[in-house]
Amino acid sequence: MAAPALLLFGLFGLVPLVGVVVLSLARWDGLGSVGWAGVANWSAVLTDGATWQALWLTVKVMVISWLVQTPVALALGIFQAPRGRLRALFAVLFFLPLLLSAVAIGLTWQALLDPSFGIGATPGLHWLAKPLLGSPDLALYTVIFVIAWQFVPFHALLYQAGIRQIPTVLYEAAALDGAGPATRFRRITLPQLKYTMVTSSTLMLVGSLTYFDLIFVLSGGTGGPGTATRVLPLSMYITGFQAHDMGRASAVAALLVVFGLGLSLLTTRLSGFTRMDSQQEGM
Amino acid sequence: MWALNDQTILKESVDAYNKDHPDEKITLRLFANDDYKQKLRVAFGANQAPDIFFSWGGGALNDYVKAGKVDTLRASDLKADRFTPSVMQSATFGGKVYGVPANGLAPVVLYYNKKVLADAGVEPPKTYADLLAAVKKLKAKDVVPMSLAANSKWPTLMYLEYLLDRQGGSDVFTKIASGDASAWKDPSVTQANQYLQDLSKAGAFGDNASSVSYDQGASAALLYTGKAAMEVMGTWEYANIAKAAPDFLAKGDLGYTAFPTLPGGAGKADSIVGNPSNFLSLNSGTKNKSAALTYFNDYVLNDSQVDAYLAAGSVPPVNGLESKLATVKSSSDKAWLTFVYGLVQNAPSFQLSWDQALPSDQADPLLTNTDKSFLRQISPAEFGTNMSKATS
Repeated sequence: MAAPALLLFGLFGLVPLVGVVVLSLARWDGLGSVGWAGVANWSAVLTDGATWQALWLTVKVMVISWLVQTPVALALGIFQAPRGRLRALFAVLFFLPLLLSAVAIGLTWQALLDPSFGIGATPGLHWLAKPLLGSPDLALYTVIFVIAWQFVPFHALLYQAGIRQIPTVLYEAAALDGAGPATRFRRITLPQLKYTMVTSSTLMLVGSLTYFDLIFVLSGGTGGPGTATRVLPLSMYITGFQAHDMGRASAVAALLVVFGLGLSLLTTRLSGFTRMDSQQEGM
Repeated sequence: MWALNDQTILKESVDAYNKDHPDEKITLRLFANDDYKQKLRVAFGANQAPDIFFSWGGGALNDYVKAGKVDTLRASDLKADRFTPSVMQSATFGGKVYGVPANGLAPVVLYYNKKVLADAGVEPPKTYADLLAAVKKLKAKDVVPMSLAANSKWPTLMYLEYLLDRQGGSDVFTKIASGDASAWKDPSVTQANQYLQDLSKAGAFGDNASSVSYDQGASAALLYTGKAAMEVMGTWEYANIAKAAPDFLAKGDLGYTAFPTLPGGAGKADSIVGNPSNFLSLNSGTKNKSAALTYFNDYVLNDSQVDAYLAAGSVPPVNGLESKLATVKSSSDKAWLTFVYGLVQNAPSFQLSWDQALPSDQADPLLTNTDKSFLRQISPAEFGTNMSKATS
């Protein structure tokens, strides 16, 4: 049964991965002939301060995104979980960003945040007329905000589904025992959402390694101002397709794979996800 | 043949060729700007490249030449003497020509909003000192003195190009472009960055320049809406403004002049920087060489092409245009075309934009360091040190 899946994974997952690792040991400008470089690309990437800055930015985007998105998504999920016509309407509005492509979102926000002609030009909103994407201090946080705007609906959807799965008998029993809404949330909702949270967090953390298109568009393809938003995937793209150094770009790509793999293993291990014990023991 | 999306006049030349040669037609494929460079590169890497391709000349084209992908064009193949010599320099490597110019000249000039300058009692600046004085007066009037799309980085580079050319003369960058990394440490490079940072410190670009992206036309919009007084940009901006704000042009509010001089600098006051032209080059692996040469020779920038470019407000890099210019009907277009033609004809040097002149692996460090210098994240001297390190 698993053979076709393995074959596909091997063809589209492993073969390119091996290709990247091989290419990371080569010297190739994408045009001429491929030459052997040994570990030169790796030592260049690992000793370059720009790589570590990009990695640091990636981690920063990842952690802050998680801290911002999780509570908002949870709150929205809780709000949407009970059925009701008004909530359904809200839900449709919330999910709008999910339907747009990252490029459309990037261009829209870039136009909205333009200090001269964007929302900052509206009377009464002049306090918004700041170089949000142009200031080296603010740009990264602006990017994180736009990322959250794009992805919170998806995670809210996960939480909504998770909450709807919780058996109502648990709440009824707790109410009989005199537990208030706060206690019910802390003692029932949160523990029951544990695996939803693990799933959502893993998607968020690993997914943040691929935030490329949005940042690319928002920063005009440069990771600017300066290098304030040049995360690792963007740095890989610029090295490979603007500076035409495929070898070094492959080394950065391999670094990303290692980082993502480690992260994914770490989240599942720490959360006990692999044990998969039942949440509904004793029911 | 591959080219960029917006080359409608170039497309007409292909159509004309195809009409005359139905048995050996050219298929034209057009691409968006950002994709194009990568697509071409990948196509050449995979030996799937077109017979004729469009490029910016300079270091990027030289990459292909060095990889043996481009055919030499003999002077007799091209009737090369019809083109402006300073423009041909961008497609000439090691004394051999690798491209034929295929559209208008695009030097960088200083545009200004006549009304805004008049309201502030400012004359169009002729020297750097004038410029600083103008900045002060314009700031007091609450307009942005110079509109700059710094988010896109390359517009900022235009300032550095001019400041270095005025300060150190055209030789400094010529040395850099020839591969001499130590030339980045020339004192005039530091001085040019100092001037740029001084301008920025004086508030010449307002508070928001770094958020302005060129692609959405915001920097031109600032100029024609009167929110900004001046803009340094390539000549293509004239057509953009004519399209976006025809009223502004019709009222005669758009002014333009050469970039201010630096008294005391070693450079010549009438030297220019920018993009001499785009070029068409021949894939060395082509099987259709003679057809391509016929096209280059008889259809690219021929008489009707030249007329079409002039009608679009763009000056093609062809010698002896005076008589044609005299017949242009619209007076605002005529003044503009004559200005650009004169600027280029009188220029002792026409420096190709740095990001195009340098090999492509240096373009990113260049743009990043330019941006950092503009943001004053690095000192004027660090710009040269960083660049010299990135180049060697």
